[in-house]
Amino acid sequence: MGDRALSRRGFLAASAAAGMGVTALSACGGDSDGGSSDGTTTVEWWNISTTEPAKTVWAGLAKKFEAQNPKVKLKIVQLENDAYKSKMTALTASGKLPDIFHTWGGGVLKQQVDAGLVEDVTDRTKPWVDGLLSVAKAPYILDDRTYAIPFDIGMVGFWYNKALFKQAGVSTPPTTWSGFLDAVKKLRAKGITPLALAGKEKWPGMYYWAYLAMRTAGLDALQKASDDKDFTGAGFVEAGQHLKELVQLHPFQKGFLGAAYSTPTGQAASVGNGKAAMELMGQWAPAVEADAGKGLGKNLGFFPFPAVEGGKGVITEVFGGGGGHALRKGAPQAAVDFLKFFASETTDIQLVKKTGVLPVVPAAESAITDPNTKAVQAQLKGATGFQLFLDQAYAPAVGQEVNDSVAALIAGSKSPEQVTQSITKTAKEEQ
Amino acid sequence: MTSTFLPDRRSGPDVELPPPSAAFARGRARRRLLNWLTAVGFQVPALVLFIGLVLLPMLFALYAAFFRWGGFGMPSDYTGTDNFTRLFKDPVFLGDLWRCLVLVVLSLALQLPFALAMAVALNQRLRGRAVYRMLFFAPYVLSEAITGVLFSMVFAPDDGLADHVLGGIGLDGLGGEWFADPSYVMATLFLVMTWKYFGFHMMLYLAGLQSIPAELTEAALIDGANAWQRFRNVTLPLLAPTLRISVFLSVIGSIQLFDLVWVVTQGGPDHHSETMAVTMFQYGFKRYQVGYASAISVVMFGICLVFALAYQRFVLRRDLEGATTTMRGDGK
Repeated sequence: MGDRALSRRGFLAASAAAGMGVTALSACGGDSDGGSSDGTTTVEWWNISTTEPAKTVWAGLAKKFEAQNPKVKLKIVQLENDAYKSKMTALTASGKLPDIFHTWGGGVLKQQVDAGLVEDVTDRTKPWVDGLLSVAKAPYILDDRTYAIPFDIGMVGFWYNKALFKQAGVSTPPTTWSGFLDAVKKLRAKGITPLALAGKEKWPGMYYWAYLAMRTAGLDALQKASDDKDFTGAGFVEAGQHLKELVQLHPFQKGFLGAAYSTPTGQAASVGNGKAAMELMGQWAPAVEADAGKGLGKNLGFFPFPAVEGGKGVITEVFGGGGGHALRKGAPQAAVDFLKFFASETTDIQLVKKTGVLPVVPAAESAITDPNTKAVQAQLKGATGFQLFLDQAYAPAVGQEVNDSVAALIAGSKSPEQVTQSITKTAKEEQ
Repeated sequence: MTSTFLPDRRSGPDVELPPPSAAFARGRARRRLLNWLTAVGFQVPALVLFIGLVLLPMLFALYAAFFRWGGFGMPSDYTGTDNFTRLFKDPVFLGDLWRCLVLVVLSLALQLPFALAMAVALNQRLRGRAVYRMLFFAPYVLSEAITGVLFSMVFAPDDGLADHVLGGIGLDGLGGEWFADPSYVMATLFLVMTWKYFGFHMMLYLAGLQSIPAELTEAALIDGANAWQRFRNVTLPLLAPTLRISVFLSVIGSIQLFDLVWVVTQGGPDHHSETMAVTMFQYGFKRYQVGYASAISVVMFGICLVFALAYQRFVLRRDLEGATTTMRGDGK
């Protein structure tokens, strides 16, 4: 009896034990300072580009860097996203990180910085870092110090079907929340499903609350709430009320509470197949729409999340995230050189052209051909503020609680006040 | 040929058996030691694995349940029974317990009787009954994950097979949001569970039915018992041991339900299909509150243990006489 409970419990503790094992192993993992007798420096570079074409492109860039710096050897370690996250947590506990490592910024990077494990690169990158898109640098700047250099940036916004908008008589994308609600009503009046939402996965619903909180309470309030572990401010309740206004219009597709994001009957497919008019999603949306559904081609458009009347935020503040590289404390100069190389215009043009990321070097935007990517890039370039994805900005339990409570709000079982209380309670528990 | 050299021990009381010599006793002791060593030798690898991968982790989970622990390093923030008090105040976990009870009751009241009816039907002489048996058993062979993916397509609102079929026969009104509707998600889930597991219980019953001697039914027939009387007074009592095992497996399975729920709904919408195992997974692997997740697993284990022991003590007693409850029935 209890066979499966045992194995599951076993798995739980065994994985914990494995985590500790990794810690122990990494603690005795050889010296990565890499100075050797013939004067070459070996630099370890940990990244998560395990898929093509990025994998090959990145390996090619490493070769190019080695050719330009004959005394430097790059040792690439590639791990899949989730494996990387758990390994990094173990390494952080052990107190030693790789020379160059992938980071999403936010809460996790702050944890590593607080533990004294990350090199402050503010001064060493000063000569060239100003040329990078400021919104792309935002996730890695903590207390005005730079701890990582971006290579990718993206944002969330509304992806819409131009043909369906036209059919419903919505001529221009709304820029205010009331205008947005009007557009939703007009679409519904024509029998068109205004929005697709993956209710089962929770995080797409969180985007609405996060953006509304940015627009009503403002970016500073979000930062302060996270620092004080108190999300009960009036602006956050108001964000929930606005979301409730939207939910009460029944804007989502039939059965959205059970829908996934990228499956053939999911959120992306609903928009991609022309069944729903809009979705609130990151810059990857067009690719997933075309993959899970047919894709909208020229009919697809992008507009930023509207401003809320009377709120503290403005329409040019963006919600999103990207990827960057940080250095361990005491990493060799070659690692800094590599950051410079990787953030150079020539490298970025290659990354934009071959791996489809958005440019972090403004000059590389000439490499963008797709009009929608251009629209996103224009938003990012003109951004006046930035909020990192909440699940990266906050501790995992708090991020999950935001997702969970907002899902309950959308399902109608939690009030806007209860959402803010639940998040606050979890944040306090995490201390 | 041995009889030529050894005294015939059956030849009578006048033949004295020599008392076992000291050397003989030593030899026997050595053989016993050797046997014991062999047994130990064979058991050590399995024991090491069992202790290292099952017993110790279990004890560790019990230990971790008393800490606030994020899963890395050793637990150090001792919080006493806080995790457990929090657990029994958590509406989601209390809901888990309620849903667990609902599933157990539904399984016992609907799924098992249905499986029994099918087993009795397929125990009759019937053209192609082997084919039917195989068909009904087939879903059990599928993994829960595959079943989950399959049925999330079947029950996709509007586009799924279920709604198409209902629409096709003019019953559009019965179509709905299935897994996406908080009020119907458990019913839909139970439907899928029944589809998957009734074949397994049916097979158990079929095996049980076949071990019932035909003479007994025939005798009842001669005594004038009708079909229901024959089933009620002959078949059912003789099938009881099988029924008791099947109930046991079904209850334990309901308590531990995870895979299917995780694939189909992840516990949603809004926790309406969440089970204890799903809640544990959410806290352990999504929120990294491993101490709290351990507390959930400890409670789950406790429920399984209490149920299993009580069931064996009071219900399976006759079937397992001596095997678990006492040391009596060792054949002497």
